Amino acid sequence: MSATNLATPVLTSPSRGRGRGLLRTLLGTPLGIAAVTSVAIVLLLALLAPVIWGDAADAYHTDALRQGPSAEHLAGTDSLGRDILLRVLVATRLSVGLALGATAIAVVLGLLLGTLPAVAGRRVGRLVAAAIDVAVAFPALLLAIFFAVIFGVGEVGTMVALGVAGGPWFARLTLTLSASVAARDFVAAARVNGVSRGRILLRHVLPNIGEPLAINATLGAALNLLAFAGLSFLGIGVQAPSYDWGRLLNEGLNGIYVNPWAAIAPGVAIVLAGLAFNLTGELAAQVIGRRTREKAPREPLPGIAGAAASATAPALPVATHGGGDDGRETLLDVRDLWVRFPSAGRWVAPVRGVDLRLHAGESVGVVGESGSGKSLTALAIAQLLQEPAAVSSQTLRFDGRDLRASSARQTRAALADSLAMIFQDPMSSLNPAMRVGPQLAEVATAHHGASRRSALAQAVEQLAAVRIPDPERRAHQYPHEFSGGMRQRAMIGIGLMGTPRLLIADEPTTALDVTVQRQVLELLSAVRAEADSALLLISHDIAVVAGMCERVVVMYAGVVVEDLPVAELLAGPRHPYTRALLAALPDMETPRERPLATIPGRPPAPAELTGGCPFAARCAFASDRCREQEPPLASLADTGAGHRVACWHPQAGAVGAADVKSEPETETEAQR
Amino acid sequence: MSSTAIDAPAADRFLSGPWPRFLGRRLLRLLVSLWVLVTFSFLIVHLVPGDPVRAALGARASATSVAEWEARLGLNDPLLTQYGDYVSGLFQGRLGESLQLRLPVWDVISERLPNTLQLVALAFLLCVLVAVPLGALLAIRTQNGRHRGSELGFTAGAVVLTTIPDFCLAVGLVALLGVSLELLPVAGDSGASSLVIPVLALAVGPAAALARIVRVEMLGVLGQDYVRTARAKRLPPRRVYLRHALPNALTATLTVGGLILTSLIAGTVLVENVIAWPGLGPTLVRSIIAKDYPMVQGIVLVYGTLVLLVNLLVDVALALVDPRSTVRES
Repeated sequence: MSATNLATPVLTSPSRGRGRGLLRTLLGTPLGIAAVTSVAIVLLLALLAPVIWGDAADAYHTDALRQGPSAEHLAGTDSLGRDILLRVLVATRLSVGLALGATAIAVVLGLLLGTLPAVAGRRVGRLVAAAIDVAVAFPALLLAIFFAVIFGVGEVGTMVALGVAGGPWFARLTLTLSASVAARDFVAAARVNGVSRGRILLRHVLPNIGEPLAINATLGAALNLLAFAGLSFLGIGVQAPSYDWGRLLNEGLNGIYVNPWAAIAPGVAIVLAGLAFNLTGELAAQVIGRRTREKAPREPLPGIAGAAASATAPALPVATHGGGDDGRETLLDVRDLWVRFPSAGRWVAPVRGVDLRLHAGESVGVVGESGSGKSLTALAIAQLLQEPAAVSSQTLRFDGRDLRASSARQTRAALADSLAMIFQDPMSSLNPAMRVGPQLAEVATAHHGASRRSALAQAVEQLAAVRIPDPERRAHQYPHEFSGGMRQRAMIGIGLMGTPRLLIADEPTTALDVTVQRQVLELLSAVRAEADSALLLISHDIAVVAGMCERVVVMYAGVVVEDLPVAELLAGPRHPYTRALLAALPDMETPRERPLATIPGRPPAPAELTGGCPFAARCAFASDRCREQEPPLASLADTGAGHRVACWHPQAGAVGAADVKSEPETETEAQR
Repeated sequence: MSSTAIDAPAADRFLSGPWPRFLGRRLLRLLVSLWVLVTFSFLIVHLVPGDPVRAALGARASATSVAEWEARLGLNDPLLTQYGDYVSGLFQGRLGESLQLRLPVWDVISERLPNTLQLVALAFLLCVLVAVPLGALLAIRTQNGRHRGSELGFTAGAVVLTTIPDFCLAVGLVALLGVSLELLPVAGDSGASSLVIPVLALAVGPAAALARIVRVEMLGVLGQDYVRTARAKRLPPRRVYLRHALPNALTATLTVGGLILTSLIAGTVLVENVIAWPGLGPTLVRSIIAKDYPMVQGIVLVYGTLVLLVNLLVDVALALVDPRSTVRES
């Protein structure tokens, strides 16, 4: 970009100079080297084989007609005594050359057709696009055979036919690719700046679709190689006395009883050459669309050995928790819960030793920012985390059962009726290809042995219970025919098909409109009261939790930083983070001219943790100790046993403006 | 609930739903494509450079017989008249007469088409029956990056198998099973054993390609929220995979399945020629080389219509599996 362009915010095409990088990446793996090398060998053979062996391949050996493999003729000879192997090698030029020629025709034709809609007017464009759609419905090989009728039998006619047959396909590809590029910001910017359509196409669109086009051209070359061999095999392509692999295969098939190698050798050549081009294209495509996936690290899971050992030990000292603090039955008892994921060869832990207890019928809210580990905690408790996540804990008891010691089948049976999950996004959490009724009903058929009919009747009843109007009709509809609020009601209905002792609701209202949020929360409260189940409400909204729950657990960077009754939340929490959350909450008295209060900075990622209090960097009261030692979660001298805080400098009193650390001027400046 | 009480609202739901519009649009598209196809096959004779009848009958044919055939084919009429005659002939089931065989084109086609359809149907069935379970099982086995060895082996095997073209595979199978081991007939149609080589040759490559697609789609679906919901319902894994994951994975697979089915139709042309199968393929090739244009026109129409019908079927099947696609398309 030249300096004059700096004045306007030009978003540059991001693709510049990536082509060389692709080849280099490709050559970085053994398979990539093999693929690129084999393409090079095929091309080299195409170039040199006719020069070196051209005459020898045409030499008649009248003393050796239609012979099998011998030391002299490794793949035998044909009906005129010519060496098959040499002929296969020499045929590389015609086979590959014609395939590349056809591909070139297809790409050029495709680019012309595919960019026409972008350059020409709207109406012409739609007509061209429609014609392309009709053409791509037919397999290219079939089109090529059709076109060969017109362009005539023979190598040139077939090459043109194959090229023209592939044209619509490349046109379709060009259309799709340029449409996706045209929607990107830098093209929009260019358009706003008054750059002409043709220039946008040349400068911005084409360079960005060059790479995928090249890859598809490589794959197309492989297909054309095979297709051309097929057409020559049929007798439509290369005509005698010229020969390519397809022609040789045809001749070999005629003498297959005498010397099968005359058919096998060209067949192998076709496959190998096709494979070389195909593999290169496939690998290149993979390099571009590579999804980074984490391998499980070689290092053992920290602490998991101990956890496994304790899982087998029958009696644990900590498991003496039958009665609960105030005589109520303990429904859920979680101690030292860790969730770890492999990342860059190490384990990172987004959940680090969470303790959580719920009594029967109690409602507890878990609040925290996104990434605090609250949802992972919920999924770990519900036994819904899968590999590569690794869950370990000292205690994980639900409804009197040690979930760690149960098999998958036992866990399913135990949790089927007693633990219900309600997920965040009801659109993606309901099966789009299944009617809503059966999605509820299958719980009854799978777990209660209900007949399909009675299960569906129960499902309709349940839909009515979660206040879905006209449940009879709605049960027959698909999720996409439901509104967001109704989907979430149906989701709650699924959870209530059993008789849950615990409802875990993971951000049940986040994806919904504000008005609908309240209705869903009210519904959740009502059904919970009716079913007398406990509630674990995961939310980032401390106000929602305060309104719904008896107790609040505040999570930050994978640990519980405060666990307190709602009443004390209102009186004044002790942890600076909880206080900051409350202080950041706007109410009716918040002056409208002041910007909304925020907590500056962001929570540390699991990999960034240094060992101190994770909130220290954002805390107004942090000391050196905070930065070095992580505080344990414990009751304070002046709080009851039901209020625990993990802080070296617990605060007290009503929450005020001082609890929001003022944002340094320089930082806001730098952010702009 | 009596059955009539269910049926009436079901019919209402159908009519008020997106289906009538969807089917109407699809049929319209089919008609337009058919018209393009018919026009193309009509134009074949006129696009061929030189005199098609002279080319077909050869240089030694007498001028009178050339003139006679030209008259019979109506080549002396104005182009539009010829076009009208051609289209109205098609509506009456007249495809013309083969220059080479001196038989009505339709007679030849109706005798040979069933043999081709038999191959296509069996090969597609085999392909789907192998690819869908294989791809789904591999997805379950390799999800979340487990069993990378199986993943690598599968992908490598699938790439190789996909690259082997059907006619090469057919030649290889003939050489191995027919010539060397003498287990199966080498050519022609002599009962069920004759089907093995062509069906295998046609099905293996597409099955490998389809299995790859199924695996990728299934992997994507297994990571979806609604699969987590199904697990949260504590359904048995089999039900989670079969009832919740697989149908959703198959929606994208179906699109590719349609492409595979149409490419199978093209593949029969080659494979039938390898084993001299009494289908349409050898006739098409002979007709092209002999410049028997009426025959070529007829077979082009048949293959083309077959492809279009498959596309329609795939679209309808897709809409049945994924109800959203009736709305999404415009």
